[in-house]
Amino acid sequence: MPLEVNGTTYETDEEGYLANLSDWSPEIAGALALADDSELADGHWEVINFLREYYEEYQIAPAVRVLTKAIGKRLGKDKGNSKYLYELFPYGPAKQACKYAGLPKPTGCV
Amino acid sequence: MAKFEFETPELFKHIHTPAISPGAMKSEGPFVADAEHQQALGFPGELVEGWEQKAIDEMGEAVDQSRALRVFLDSCVKCGACTDKCHYYLGSSDPKNMPVARQDLFRSVYRKYHTPAGKFLSKLGLEWLIGGQEMNKSVLDDWYNYYHQCSECRRCSVYCPYGIDTAEITMAARNIMAKIGLGQKYSNEIIGKVHTIGNNLGLPEPALLNTLEGLEEDIVDETGVVVKLPLDQVGSDILLVTPSADFFAEPHVDGLIGYAKVFHESGISWTLSSKASEAANFGLFIGNQENMRKIALRIREAAIDLGVKRIVFGECGHAWRVAYNYLDTLAGPFDFLDQNYPIPQHICEFTHDLIQRGVLNLDASQNDDKTVTFHDSCNIARASGMGGIPGGQFSIPRDILRAVCNHYVDMASETIHAATFCCGGGGGLLTDDLIEVRVKGAMPRMTALKNVVEDHGVTHMVAICAICKSQFSKVLPVYGMGMDMILSLHQLVSNALVLTGQQSDEQIQIEQQRH
Repeated sequence: MPLEVNGTTYETDEEGYLANLSDWSPEIAGALALADDSELADGHWEVINFLREYYEEYQIAPAVRVLTKAIGKRLGKDKGNSKYLYELFPYGPAKQACKYAGLPKPTGCV
Repeated sequence: MAKFEFETPELFKHIHTPAISPGAMKSEGPFVADAEHQQALGFPGELVEGWEQKAIDEMGEAVDQSRALRVFLDSCVKCGACTDKCHYYLGSSDPKNMPVARQDLFRSVYRKYHTPAGKFLSKLGLEWLIGGQEMNKSVLDDWYNYYHQCSECRRCSVYCPYGIDTAEITMAARNIMAKIGLGQKYSNEIIGKVHTIGNNLGLPEPALLNTLEGLEEDIVDETGVVVKLPLDQVGSDILLVTPSADFFAEPHVDGLIGYAKVFHESGISWTLSSKASEAANFGLFIGNQENMRKIALRIREAAIDLGVKRIVFGECGHAWRVAYNYLDTLAGPFDFLDQNYPIPQHICEFTHDLIQRGVLNLDASQNDDKTVTFHDSCNIARASGMGGIPGGQFSIPRDILRAVCNHYVDMASETIHAATFCCGGGGGLLTDDLIEVRVKGAMPRMTALKNVVEDHGVTHMVAICAICKSQFSKVLPVYGMGMDMILSLHQLVSNALVLTGQQSDEQIQIEQQRH
């Protein structure tokens, strides 16, 4: 299921996650969201940017609790909870946000 | 993304046995493991040439090695007792999900090639007389599809007059498929991560350490007490082996906090291990002994490296099955551990013992906003025990719940204890590409839950399995219930446990304002 953005084709896996982390760009994030019929607003970007920073340091997406805490610190306590994250990413912040951030899908019993 | 292209089963007051709908769940099955994921596990990268014969040979080897498997294949009399016992049949109405029919996909090939009658009749082209079937592509397609619509939960086995263990047949079929080059992506990718990184998530040590430190901060913020979540602490008494979902997901992580508080109050030193940072053993799901053994050996190595005296398992269903039944065979002898304690021990046994001895200061009123019920996870209910007493795996978790929560209600008796229904996501099916199977298979449990919600005001369901917790978070909303209805058992323990030196909410607020 390749993804086409501005005339360039990018490889993705069966579920639409980017095959190569280094291909990622904000335009690609937008295109990945569009493929799911969603649009990225500032709230989404806060999460996506944090995921990418964390991944760069730890080579894995942050735990849900780490993410909610970080978002709470940046955007205020009322947003530091999974309810807010699920509003942004109804399919689950771990999976859907990782997808738009170009990170591999979390595996395991999650 | 979140919309499904299939119909969610309707919930009736009683679990409804549907009329059959042949082919209802026919599909290509879950995503196939790619060459890299296959080879990392010692399997061929893709379907090998002459796979038909190789599959037949592997099957012969399997029945020669396991007398049990041969007996399960030989002894079915088609009585039909299992037909309405499988949650996947009940939820999907596909007759190939009746346990007997699913088994027969394997049994028919066995009959042709590995029974005296089958061998003889095949020479005359008459193997069909005994239900024999040649191994071909259409059989393989059915195997791949329908053996990934069985969660190896073994509910059907409880009702089988011969005690045929269907899960063993599913496991044998999956093992043969992996060995001829047709593995499942979800399970095999995960097993590869356990071999290389140490856990299902692929959580590297620095990330694990960072996560644990964050949890320590949270506990201090909440209680004013310093509770440690130690990693690789050599010389600790206990090694805790827990599913990596406990580090990552919700509500799992709240259970992990609960274990930490219980250990803290017990005064017994404990540690997690970065090498054995996973309790799960998906080698069981794919029926592959070598991978199961390799995964189990990490736990032995970690226990030796860390010099612990005891091994305790966290809330993970199939991990406890593997630990309880096979740990010694796979990775023993554990003669270096303290023989005065169960080897291995379940976290529920550990907590239950402390409660019995009055070591924990519990304030059950902290959970007064909840009325809870307990979901027996299939691998714990039907394949293990607890506390060395018959039915301990049923009574111990419930005893703990009643000690930490004032309002407890059981679901209908035909849906709990040994008759429990699988959550719908066990046995290697907890993957988005099998969401239809998962949603449909959850129907019986959702029916039983909805009844206690409506009749007894149940607000939460508790489980002691990482897969169950993740599966329910996903399917509860599909059935019109809240995803946060599912809780970890040790989350409720954590709520009720008053730590020594714990501050009241007011004291903590004053502390925080001062800083």
